Amino acid sequence: MTTNGRFPSPFEVPTPEGCEGWKDLYPYYYVFSEDRKEFEDKRFWFQDSMHHPEPLYPFDTITCESWWVALGQNNTRVFIVPPALGIDQRVLNGYLYITALPVANPDDIPARVGHFMERAGYYFQNWDRLYAQWVKKAEDTIAELKAIKVPDLPEMEDLETVVRAGRGITSAYDLVVAYNRAIENMYKIWQLHFEFLNLGYAAYLTFYGFCKNAFPDISDQTVAKLVSGIDVILFRPDEELKRLSQAAVDLGVAGVFKKTIQPDEVIAEMGKSDAGKKWLDELEKSKDPWFYFSTGTGFYHLHRSWIDDLTVPCLAIRGYIEKIEKGETLSRPTAEIRKERDRLAAEYTALMPTDEDKKAFQEQLGLARTVFPYVENHNFYVEHWHHTVFWNKMREFGKVLVKHGFFKEVDDMFYLHRFEVQEALYDLIGAWGSGGEARGPRYWPAIIEKRKALFEKLKAYAPPPALGEPPEVVTEPFTIMLWGITTDSIKRWLQPQGTGDSKQLTGFAGSPGLAEGPARVITSVEELKDVQPGEILVCPITTPSWAPVFPRIKATVTDIGGMMSHAAIVCREYGLPAVVGTGFGTKNIKTGQKLRVDGSSGTVTVLS
Amino acid sequence: MDAEPYILWLDDCDRTSVPLVGGKCASLGDMIKANINVPPGFAVTTAAYRDFLAEAGIGQEIQKILAEVRPDDVEAAEKASLTIRQLMGSAPIPAKIEDSIYRAYKELCGECGVADLPVAVRSSATAEDLPNASFAGQQDTTLWVRTAGSVLIRTAICWSSLFTPRAISYRLAMGFPHDKVLISVGVQKMANARVAGVMFTLNPSNGDRSTIAIDASWGLGESVVSGMVTPDNFLVNRITKDVIKRVASPKLIEYIPDPEGQKAVVMDVPPERQNALCMTDEEVQAVAILGECLDVYYRNPQDIEWALDRDLPFPRNIVALQCRPETVWSRKPRESIAKQKSGPLDFVVANLLAGVRTGLNHSRED
Repeated sequence: MTTNGRFPSPFEVPTPEGCEGWKDLYPYYYVFSEDRKEFEDKRFWFQDSMHHPEPLYPFDTITCESWWVALGQNNTRVFIVPPALGIDQRVLNGYLYITALPVANPDDIPARVGHFMERAGYYFQNWDRLYAQWVKKAEDTIAELKAIKVPDLPEMEDLETVVRAGRGITSAYDLVVAYNRAIENMYKIWQLHFEFLNLGYAAYLTFYGFCKNAFPDISDQTVAKLVSGIDVILFRPDEELKRLSQAAVDLGVAGVFKKTIQPDEVIAEMGKSDAGKKWLDELEKSKDPWFYFSTGTGFYHLHRSWIDDLTVPCLAIRGYIEKIEKGETLSRPTAEIRKERDRLAAEYTALMPTDEDKKAFQEQLGLARTVFPYVENHNFYVEHWHHTVFWNKMREFGKVLVKHGFFKEVDDMFYLHRFEVQEALYDLIGAWGSGGEARGPRYWPAIIEKRKALFEKLKAYAPPPALGEPPEVVTEPFTIMLWGITTDSIKRWLQPQGTGDSKQLTGFAGSPGLAEGPARVITSVEELKDVQPGEILVCPITTPSWAPVFPRIKATVTDIGGMMSHAAIVCREYGLPAVVGTGFGTKNIKTGQKLRVDGSSGTVTVLS
Repeated sequence: MDAEPYILWLDDCDRTSVPLVGGKCASLGDMIKANINVPPGFAVTTAAYRDFLAEAGIGQEIQKILAEVRPDDVEAAEKASLTIRQLMGSAPIPAKIEDSIYRAYKELCGECGVADLPVAVRSSATAEDLPNASFAGQQDTTLWVRTAGSVLIRTAICWSSLFTPRAISYRLAMGFPHDKVLISVGVQKMANARVAGVMFTLNPSNGDRSTIAIDASWGLGESVVSGMVTPDNFLVNRITKDVIKRVASPKLIEYIPDPEGQKAVVMDVPPERQNALCMTDEEVQAVAILGECLDVYYRNPQDIEWALDRDLPFPRNIVALQCRPETVWSRKPRESIAKQKSGPLDFVVANLLAGVRTGLNHSRED
């Protein structure tokens, strides 16, 4: 696949067998083309397996297309990041490839520094106020999305509200407006997502670099420990599960979870007693917003949340009840965590070589701590809370189209690009308004069937990790900051796979410690319930909503992830060893194999 | 009045006990108080030495012999040394002193659960803390001493080491009165090392002071110090105590105490232990804590010999044997990392520009 230290050109990667026509799934601007060959062939592209490990469903490109604009504009048009523009995107064989765009002329950089100091400086200085404002904006955006009503098209418009009120406007217009508002809302939340993110990461990574310079051996997790927030929203859903577990014990209904952890059965059982009903009231209190918590990254419509499916919460509550009954305490020792954080900071300060360094360390630590709540929390607002609402809102449009015969099932909609959905809606309202016949029901089902078959093939295909000629040294700050791509990781990709010691995998040292135990390979959230106490979780990527499984396991190995990955953060929290970003963990390891996970060196050894 | 004791346990010594136990034992006591484990033991105090001279009635005579030696007269010093040491060797040790030493030794054997416990017997002179003084008797150390009788004999030899020709000449040259120097004797358990090695309280490969680097191998530390084995290597974060690196090496031989004699012997390490890490994380962390305490105690990076003693319970078994200042990194001037940047935003900009070719950090190429 690779020759002479370079990856294939995007123009020489063959279409996998049976995948001809894959370009029809995506807009014209989103694929490599002869028109832009000169530009595209010169660049180094890498597959964004961190956020988009699966092929892109046509509709789901809305998430990447949204961040394409949002990430870039803040560097390019808002804060004028001195050396970097945005991140460009293309799809190849269904997979998302990205490339960082540098400032073309180095002579422009000094002037950009001045703008950046003024603009970013303002944000850093007013961070707390602007962040409080951000939280309000994010919550308002989610509320706006929730408030969008998706109307069906009635046989006859309502007499009161349309005729007698002289409205002059019908459900056809409302349907299109609702769709447009929902799409705009997605663009908006992603604009907000990147309002602070690049600055937050830049401050954090600067502090990280300073620490590494002073203490070459300091681990990523120790830097994170120095900075990380105590009241992190990302842990709140798990805290709610602990609260519900305690409530079940206190109300005397914990026994329900011994009989069953099937969500429907749990709810039916609880409904049979007054105490159980009280518990259900408590459950409702936790749900909004804390169960708007995706079991995936939130980037794909397939990623369902706790609010859609209570399997993960029920599993977790059973585990927590067992702990409560054993007399264990569930609450996070926040006072101790805070004390330990302060001790680390004081001791590292003391080891700094000069007073000047001590001062610089303290200042940068201060800035890193200021920005970190956003870095840790934005994810809950956007990818979890907002996207859960968004995907479900889109399903409401899917239902309307199913009802009118356009699709066989609601989720068929996601095989259409959002522009195609808009076309379908116009087809529908045209037919509805005119009383004629829509073409959609004869047009889309066959296309969707074809795309579904194509998609299965794209899923089975292993995309090249990168395209084009890699830079000798990765210096582009956002490639490193947001994707964890370094000179070393590119070197690893260039090594032929399947040779060498297949019993040993390497990745990032995500969370320190050494553990041995049987592997449990999990590729979807449904399999989480199979995890047995004492096993080592091996998965493509973990997300914060998997937290309930962490008290059961001994260590974690992921295919994808870097220093800021959720698996690493959560494992540090639970004191579990983690090796993240191994690349091939789920492919090379089988459930039941005995593993040794060294989270300090980033190695996984298959023992038997 | 209550006479000064003949025995003082190291745990009870500190810098105020120098007149009684000499500099070496006093500093071991100070270390123990700073949570630095050393092999357990006791000091035979200067009171024992003084009473020995007094009861034998040889003090006056020794001073008389010494009074006749002139500075720079090497031959006279040698003659005087011989006479004095013969005199001391033939004088009886008072029963009270002998009893005290016997009882202390037996108690130490009991504490370690080993009959005829091998000990190191060392002199600990009261004038050791004189500036530039490498004083008499300081070097007098006998290892692998076993049985109470042998301890007593080595104690007497230590006493007489105050009067080696070199010690006599040195005091004369410095103008230090012979009768003002007293001597104590330290008796300390020989570490019966299951594992031993060396450590630096910084990372010798990059100078990182937040790291403690440990080399360790099976048996006594000689194998590591002499370079006869490639030791296991561990790196520990000094602040979090996380073990950040463990490298197992093939450890083919080990030194173990010869049960018969008074020395260490080389043995082959059985195959099943050769490639296994010789310490658990818990042990590695305890060794690192010992290193950190020594670094804090001496306020400088240290180069430490340590052992894990099989006769003592964890963590009392992690003991420091030798310690000297680290010299390579400590001598380098420590450069500032901050380098005159005025605030955090400057650092952010510098970080974004790191490695990027800009008009700010490169002149334009044509």
